[in-house]
Amino acid sequence: MRHIPAEPPPFFHRGPSPFARLAFFGLLSIALMFADTRFRYLEGVRQVAAVALYPLQRVVQLPGEAVAWVGDYFASKRALAEENAALRADLVAHALSVQEFARLRDENANLRALLELGQRYSGSATAVEVLYTGRDAFTQKVFVNRGADAGIRAGEAVIDAQGVVGQVTRVFPNMAEVTLVTDKDHAVPVRVERSGVRSVYFGAGAGRPPELRFMAPTADIRPGDRLVTSGIDGTYPPGLAVGVVENVERDTGQVFARIAVRPLAGADRSTQLLVLGQAAALPPRPEEPSAADVAKKAGRGKGRRN
Amino acid sequence: MFTRAAPFTPARPEEILRQVNPWFILLTFVLALLANAVPVAGLALALRPDFLALAILYWCIQEPRYVGVGVAWLLGLVMDVADATVFGQHALAYAVLAYAAEYFRRRVLRFPLWQQAPQVAVLLLACAALILLVRFVGGAPLPRWTYFVPPVVGALLWPLVSVLLQWPQRPARSPGEL
Repeated sequence: MRHIPAEPPPFFHRGPSPFARLAFFGLLSIALMFADTRFRYLEGVRQVAAVALYPLQRVVQLPGEAVAWVGDYFASKRALAEENAALRADLVAHALSVQEFARLRDENANLRALLELGQRYSGSATAVEVLYTGRDAFTQKVFVNRGADAGIRAGEAVIDAQGVVGQVTRVFPNMAEVTLVTDKDHAVPVRVERSGVRSVYFGAGAGRPPELRFMAPTADIRPGDRLVTSGIDGTYPPGLAVGVVENVERDTGQVFARIAVRPLAGADRSTQLLVLGQAAALPPRPEEPSAADVAKKAGRGKGRRN
Repeated sequence: MFTRAAPFTPARPEEILRQVNPWFILLTFVLALLANAVPVAGLALALRPDFLALAILYWCIQEPRYVGVGVAWLLGLVMDVADATVFGQHALAYAVLAYAAEYFRRRVLRFPLWQQAPQVAVLLLACAALILLVRFVGGAPLPRWTYFVPPVVGALLWPLVSVLLQWPQRPARSPGEL
């Protein structure tokens, strides 16, 4: 076997060697990754580039939309009639609870006023549709078809008919990125509906069940318990369904129980989502005075007194 | 009679390919980017190879004068924006891929297309492993084993991609030739 040289002979000069170029661009990439993950310097660049790429992304969505449109057009009359009947039945079934809801809302408002509690904010909501799921294998994200144009802002909660889907993490002019509750380390403050125990729900990444962390083995949690948002973070309005406890492992050797949860919302199936407007601004958290501040204040107070 | 070789046969060894049009290279990159951005779900998403990596690999092997580490790096940045991944992740992976392609191109080109595929598989898998390493260091969870399926699918598509991309450069046949 003859030896095949990897490099061209040195008498054709073509700029820096491939290895020099690789070293240059490799270091540049690593610097970019640092700037992006540690300091978030590049969000502006990303916004501009995303706007430039938007037409391309629309173009590739057209065939799918055309297929869906043709499918809609040829949907049989009978299927439509059946769906219509089912929806009407649903409407009647929910009529009672809707009327009850109106009465309870008034009653609740009165009670809260009597107890001098702050009013609960009933924010606006925007219906959105999933454009496509993120291609990144390491995160759980979807992109939806409304963005800054519909007044969506980063940090808003996203739900579907069953429960909490996730949270808006980036907003582009015409679309928004939603990080799902199953994304690794995505946290949602929750409350066990049955017992009222508060906890925090953490996503664990694709294919792994989310869990409740830092719960004492003695906590009142059983498999089958429904978890709803507690609303104490100011992001998720209280009372939205999040998941059902699947499995509770109480190991006496461990400080915390291992609690696996099954998310309720079809985070990876639903295509129709609702973005909830930002909940009422919570009163700002009082700043904890640091030791230096306390000392300074004491000193100033003394000075003033003199 | 054909004036051009049939599109679905690889170039025969005695054929000398014509000069490539740089606009054609650009067109293939745009098409690859579009193919990567088509919204799919389920099995199609699990199987879809990285078409942009395939295109970069092909042009780095065939036309190293036009496409090298720098171009691959720029395309990686575009991919990072399109995928909303960490800035520089695809850029680094594609730059390394382009370098490896430039290093191995003389060896790869000596084999027929179906024997090139396993070598391409190794390069694409290394590229995927590099992305995995970068994300793992950054704190991302380990993906499932299906993460390594798309590179293998990409390698299986390699003969088809090669034939398609070299078709415009095939010389015209003389009318009398079979």
